[in-house]
Amino acid sequence: MSNRQFKMVTCTINGKERTAMVDVRASLTDMLRNDYSLTSVKKGCEVGECGACAVIIDGECFNSCIYMAIWADGKNITTLEGLTGPKGELSDLQQAFVDETAIQCGFCTPGFILEAETILQKGKIYTDDELRKLLSGHLCRCTGYDNILRAVRKTMYRRQGLPIPPEEDGEER
Amino acid sequence: MKIGQSIPRVDSYDKATGRTKYTDDLCDQNALVAKILHANVAHAIVKSVDTSEAEDMPGVIGVFTCFDVPECTFPTAGHPWSTVESHQDVMDRHLLTKHVRYYGDDVAAVVAEDEVSAVRALEKIHVEYEVLPFVLDVQEAMKDGAPQLHERFKNNILAHTDIRRGNLAEAIKEPGLTRIEGWYDTPTVQHCHIENACCYAYMENGRVNVVASTQIPHITRRCIGQALGIDWGMVRLVKPYIGGGFGDKQDALYEPLCAWLSMQVGGRLVKLECTREETFQNCRVRHAIRYHLISWVRKDGTLVGRKLECYSNQGAYASHGHGVCAKGMNAVPQIYPCPNIECDSWTVFTNRQVAGAMRGYGMPQVTFALESHVDDICQALGLDPLEYRRKTTMPLGYVDAFSKNELYSDSFNQTLDVGSAYIEYEKKRKEYSHQTGRFRRGVGLSVFWYNTAVWPISLETSACRMVMNQDGSIQLQVGETEIGQGADTAFAQMAAETLGISIDKVHVVSCQDTDVTPYGTGAYASRQTYAAGMAVRGCAEAFKQHILEVAFPYTRMQPYLMDIVDDQIIRTTDGRVLMSLGDLAKQKLYDLENCEHLTMEKTAQLKTNAYSFGCGFAEVEVDLEMCQVKVLKLINVHDAGTLVNPALARAQVQGGMSMGLGYALSEKMLYDEKTGRLLNGNLLDYKLSTTMDHPHLEARFVQNAEPTSAYGTKALGEPPVLPVAPAVRNAILQATGVGLDELPMRPHLLYEKFKEAHLI
Repeated sequence: MSNRQFKMVTCTINGKERTAMVDVRASLTDMLRNDYSLTSVKKGCEVGECGACAVIIDGECFNSCIYMAIWADGKNITTLEGLTGPKGELSDLQQAFVDETAIQCGFCTPGFILEAETILQKGKIYTDDELRKLLSGHLCRCTGYDNILRAVRKTMYRRQGLPIPPEEDGEER
Repeated sequence: MKIGQSIPRVDSYDKATGRTKYTDDLCDQNALVAKILHANVAHAIVKSVDTSEAEDMPGVIGVFTCFDVPECTFPTAGHPWSTVESHQDVMDRHLLTKHVRYYGDDVAAVVAEDEVSAVRALEKIHVEYEVLPFVLDVQEAMKDGAPQLHERFKNNILAHTDIRRGNLAEAIKEPGLTRIEGWYDTPTVQHCHIENACCYAYMENGRVNVVASTQIPHITRRCIGQALGIDWGMVRLVKPYIGGGFGDKQDALYEPLCAWLSMQVGGRLVKLECTREETFQNCRVRHAIRYHLISWVRKDGTLVGRKLECYSNQGAYASHGHGVCAKGMNAVPQIYPCPNIECDSWTVFTNRQVAGAMRGYGMPQVTFALESHVDDICQALGLDPLEYRRKTTMPLGYVDAFSKNELYSDSFNQTLDVGSAYIEYEKKRKEYSHQTGRFRRGVGLSVFWYNTAVWPISLETSACRMVMNQDGSIQLQVGETEIGQGADTAFAQMAAETLGISIDKVHVVSCQDTDVTPYGTGAYASRQTYAAGMAVRGCAEAFKQHILEVAFPYTRMQPYLMDIVDDQIIRTTDGRVLMSLGDLAKQKLYDLENCEHLTMEKTAQLKTNAYSFGCGFAEVEVDLEMCQVKVLKLINVHDAGTLVNPALARAQVQGGMSMGLGYALSEKMLYDEKTGRLLNGNLLDYKLSTTMDHPHLEARFVQNAEPTSAYGTKALGEPPVLPVAPAVRNAILQATGVGLDELPMRPHLLYEKFKEAHLI
C-alpha cells in the first residue's frame, strides 16, 4: 500500500548478519517471527506485560513486542534458537529447565530462559529473593515458578563452580 | 517399572529450544486476518449495521454482520454430545449477535489482507443500537423486572437444582444446637493461559479445515458443524501444541466464526487470533458464585442440619452452564455427611463475561465457602479445626449413591498427617493463639474433594490407536490432548509399561487431527490418566496379544508361552530371548506371503469414577497496619492414587497452588457499574502472581492406588487449586480473629474488615 513506509534494518541475529525491509510500525516481535521465522519469540500480550516475547539485545533482555523493529538496526540480537548449539546442543541452562521440570506448556519458556541467561551472564551469585525480583517480568500460569527458580539457581551455582546450597525457602531435591 | 519414574517430558527438548510449534507459528503468513467488532454497550438490540464505509477501505476483503450469519444456534461447552435432547448443552449462540448481551459481545467481523487494514475497517463500521438496561449482580438478575437476557429463561435462571435429605425443619428443633450462618462470595477470574486463543481456517476439497488452540478437538469440530449448520464430517479440526488452556479452551471459542468467515471468502485461509484483551473480554471466565450456608451443630460439633444456597453468575451465555455450580453443591453433603440437608443452586444469566470451565469446575468456589464455614463453626464452638475435620469428613468406605464412588482409602487423615507435620500445626497453633501488635501470624487448613472424569453425569470414553514401526517402536494416538500438563509423557509411560517396551520406543502423536485421531473427548475433568489410561491399557494389552500371535510362525512358540520384555519377545518358561520386537515387525511387514500392517485400536467406555482427596495448609503473617497478608508457608497434600511421573505430578500441584494463591489474594475481574464494561482486562491491571508473590510451594503425596483405575491413578490436574484460598483465609482467621467472607483477600477488603473488627 502506498501510505506505508518501509525501512531497511540490518542487524545480527543469532550470530549472523541479516537485512530486511520492515514496516516502520512493526515491532521487533513481528520482524523476528514474520521475516525470520524465529517462532520461539512468543506473543502473549503484545504490550510488554507477560515477557513471552523477550529476546536478548546487546546483552540485555527486552520485551520485543514493545521494541520497534527499526530500533534493532545495528544491534546484536539473540533468540532462544541462538542459545541452542549449532548441532542442537542444549545450553546448561536449557538442560536445567528440562531436568528440573521447569517446562509445562512451554509458551513462557523462551522468555524465561533468555531472561535467566542475561542474569547469569553477570557472573554473580544472587539470593533467592533477588532472583525472584529479577525474573518477575515473566508470567507463567502452569508452573507456579518453583521449578523455574530452581533451574536458574542451580545453573547459577554450577557456572560459578560452587556447591549448590539448600534453598532458602524450600527443600533441596 | 515405567510407571512411577520421573522421566523428563517427551516434549521437553523441543520446548527448551523453542522449536515447538503452536497455532500461530504454523499459520501461513499470507493468511487473511479476521477482526471482530465488539459492542460498546452491555445490553442492546442491534437495529442496523452500516458497513459501506468499511467495505471500501483498502485491503478489506469482506465485512460481515449479525444479519449475515446462519440462523441456527449452537452450544459452546466442551461436553460430550448427548443423544438425549434434555441432556444437550443449551444452544444460545449465533456466530455474531443481533442481541448484545454483554459489553464486548460480537456484532460484526472484518476479513482483510492484514491486521492493520482489518482494525482500521472496524473503526468504520457504524452500528445503531437500541440500548437496554443491564444487570451484573447474580441476585439482582433473578428479581422480577430485572433485564432479561434470554427469552426462554424466566428471571434469567438458566437452571435450578436442589438436594433434600432428612427433615431439616424437624431436626433443628433439637434443643441446645448452635446455628452458624455465613455468606461467602467468590470473584470472576480468568484463566490467563499465556498463549491467547488462536485459530485459522481454510477449505480443502470442499471441507473446512480449522487449526486451533483447543483442549477438545473432537467436540469443537461438532460445535463448528452445529454453528454453521453443516454436516460434522465436513469439518476437520487440527490441534497442535497449545500454550495453556485451564478450561478456557474447553469451549468452542472463535473456531466456528473463523470457519464460517473462511467459507465466506471462498475458502481462503483466514486467521483469527485473540488479543490479550479479547482473551479476557470474549473468552471464558470462572463463575463467580455466592453462597449462603447455615449449619446447626451440637456442642461437640456433630452436624445435625445444613442449608446451602448457591447463586452462580453465568454471564451472558450458557456455555458450561449449571454443571459448574451443581458440582460444587453436590459435593458439600459428601465431604461432610449430614442427615438433614436442604441445598439449592441457581445458575443465572447476567450481562457479564461468559463463564465456562476453569480448573476446578466449581470446586474452588464451594471449597472456599465450605471450608471457611467449617472454621467459623470451629471458632463458634471452640473446637480445633484439624481435629474437627478428622471427625466429620467423609469416612473410609463411604459410597455415593449417585456416582457409585467409593472412598477406598483413608485419604483425608493420611494427607492431614503429612500436611500438619510439615506446617508444625499443633506447635504453631498454640504459639499463635495469643498475639498482640502489628504483625500477627496464623496457620490454617482446608480439605478438598474432587471427582475424576465425568461419569455418570455424561459420556465417558476414550479411544487409543497403536501402530508398530519396522524397529518395534509404536505411534500412540488418543483424543486426549497435551495442554502443558504432561499427558503425552504419561501416556508414553503407560504404553511402555503394558506393552513391555522402552519409553523411548513410544512415539506419542501429540497433535490431534479429527480426520485421523481416534475419538476422545479431550483434556478436562482431570480425566486424562484415568480415562485415556484405560484406553491405553486396553489397546496395549490387545496389541501385545496380537503381536504374540503374529510371532508364532517365526518363533514356533504358542502365544501363551511368550511375553514382551524390554523390547524382546521372550519365552516365559525359561526366559529365553526368541527375537527382538524390531525383528518381528520387519519379518511381518515384509513377509512375502503373509504381510500385515501391525496396528491395534480400542475404545474404553468408563462406568466408574474415582474420589481424589487431600488437603492444604497455610501459614501467614498479617500486617494489620498495611492490611497485607504474607504467605510464609504453603503445602498441598494429595492422594491422587499412583503417580505415573512424580516430578510432573509435583509440577502440576505447584501450578495449581499458584492459581489458588492468585484466587486467594489478588485476582478479580472488575466491572464499571455505569456501563458494564470490564475494567481490568489485561495483564497489567489484572493481578496475576509473579515470581515475587509466592512462597515456596510444597507439594506432597500419599499414594493409595485407585482400585478402579488402569494404572492406579486418579484426578490431579485440577484439585491443586482448591484448598489454597480457604487455607489462607483460615490462617488469617487464626492470626486476627477476623473471618473473611470474600475473595480475593486484598488490602481493600482487609482494611474494611479490620476496621469493622476494631483492629485498626
